[in-house]
Amino acid sequence: MSIADSPAIRRRKLFKGLSASSAIRIGGGLLAIIVFVAIFAPWLSSHDPIAQDLGKRMIPPFWYPGSDPAHLLGTDHLGRDYLARLLYGARVSILIGLGVTLCAGFIGTMLGLAAGYFGGRADMLISFIVTTRLSLPIVLVALAAVALGGASLKTLAIVLSLLLWDRFAVVVRAAAQSLRSREFVQATQSFGASHLYIMLHGILPNLRNTLIVVATLEIANVILLEAALSFLGLGAQPPTPSWGLMIAEGREHILFDPWLIALPGAGLCLLILAVNLLGDGVRDALDERR
Amino acid sequence: MLPFLARRLIVAALVALAVSAVAFGLMFVSGDPAVVLAGQAGRAQDVELIRHAYGLDRPIPLQFLSWIGNAFTGNFGTSLYFNLPVAPIIAERLSVTLILGSAAFLLALVVAVPLGILASLKPGGTIDRIALMLAVLGQAIPSFWLGLILIVVFGVWYGLVPISGTESWQGYILPVVVLSYYAMPALMRLTRAGMIDVLTADYIRTARAKGASQPRVLLVHALRNAVLPLVSLAAVQFGLMLSGSIVIESVFAINGLGRLAWESLLRSDLPVVQAIILILSLIYVTLTTAADLINAWLDPRLRSA
Repeated sequence: MSIADSPAIRRRKLFKGLSASSAIRIGGGLLAIIVFVAIFAPWLSSHDPIAQDLGKRMIPPFWYPGSDPAHLLGTDHLGRDYLARLLYGARVSILIGLGVTLCAGFIGTMLGLAAGYFGGRADMLISFIVTTRLSLPIVLVALAAVALGGASLKTLAIVLSLLLWDRFAVVVRAAAQSLRSREFVQATQSFGASHLYIMLHGILPNLRNTLIVVATLEIANVILLEAALSFLGLGAQPPTPSWGLMIAEGREHILFDPWLIALPGAGLCLLILAVNLLGDGVRDALDERR
Repeated sequence: MLPFLARRLIVAALVALAVSAVAFGLMFVSGDPAVVLAGQAGRAQDVELIRHAYGLDRPIPLQFLSWIGNAFTGNFGTSLYFNLPVAPIIAERLSVTLILGSAAFLLALVVAVPLGILASLKPGGTIDRIALMLAVLGQAIPSFWLGLILIVVFGVWYGLVPISGTESWQGYILPVVVLSYYAMPALMRLTRAGMIDVLTADYIRTARAKGASQPRVLLVHALRNAVLPLVSLAAVQFGLMLSGSIVIESVFAINGLGRLAWESLLRSDLPVVQAIILILSLIYVTLTTAADLINAWLDPRLRSA
């Protein structure tokens, strides 16, 4: 009987396994609901998220007196339906999260592959670039670049894509280093395959699980940053229904109508919680199989 | 130790140089810096005048060298908005951000490290599960939103703390809490993981066999070894707090470095922004280098790396 089979360790694994799968279930379920809501926003609310109705400003949500059944979650300072804005806001967060993570993931994966596979000078150079990137105050550099490039969601997405590849590069580099000396890679080399072929067909497929975990956790990071930058006025521009921007717009009414900031913030919390739970769960489940 | 020290310092200097190149290069993100400086009302001849006055007609490498040379002597140029030297403006705001960041950092350590140790005693136990659950929930809450909610609850509803500014020390309470909580999950998880690793080591069993008390085993024998990765993470987290305080400072209307950076961005005061980016990066490089050296001092095995 090996040590790994001892009852104490088995019990711990079982416990971890249970918590990992329930994290995936809760996180995945929550995420599925939010994605569903984002996709079917036009069918879930008949209101236009940017249509103003100044005669119907600041109607409170249904649990306050003076609410209006036509606007379940009330209206904002310009009379726009808050439920519709929240639903469409989910689209902004999810699209930015996915889009930026894909682009940044591509950059980081390529850099990490080159560094880990070639080693030597290439590794030194790329590691240096990573260290430099990590030394930069990310929020500030992103803010500055967005401000100078013209504040919009598009600029924000480009800037974040160019800044958030670091975690991918670090993880892929380490993985590629350990795979480089494995027999199947050396065998492919001896057949005369090109470096690019080996990196893309020999090493990359083995990194799939790692990349899925890193990407999931990175999506949460991107969503948080988009919200923070939009909150500071240097991301999504009015009248875009971005949750971060909605919190900024509700800030002036914080004294009497705190629900204006509470609702989009709650949306952000739920979305990030769902993504993180899913990422953590998948990571633990994969760790266990190893 | 000396070759390690020398190598580490050279890398730090190179990174500092690369970081300043990025801060300098920001000037060219929008295209022609002279046009930005002239502002929206700038006419063609104003742009030419500015291009000459600021030395923007020189070759870019030369501009970079003179900018970095000046920065080295503490001259960060002139603020376009205040029309004053940048350095004293920044020095005044930096102290506020350092107070905020240090207090938040200490609070994060004081909460996260004991919690991590407690959680590590019984992995999978009640305390461990509650601590991990709090960490997952905490990481999902955007700090600027938490700040606003705390202002509503404690500032407006209960009136316990001032809702903005730092005229009194009470004004620091909420921003410190909000800034610190975000670093807690990472510090807690690492303390926990380190302690779980260390507590199964043979020398811990030996220490127990010798009759060492539980606090002595935990704090003297185990924590000293578990703290190694924590030093690096702590340096990184402190650096992230200083640069991350930009959002917190704007929520709580605190006149620190972050708020200055944000306001300067909104009024296109580029020299101030560049100087702040440079200073924050250099602080980060210094912190992480110091952490590496401390680790090498604590653990001689790392010196060959």
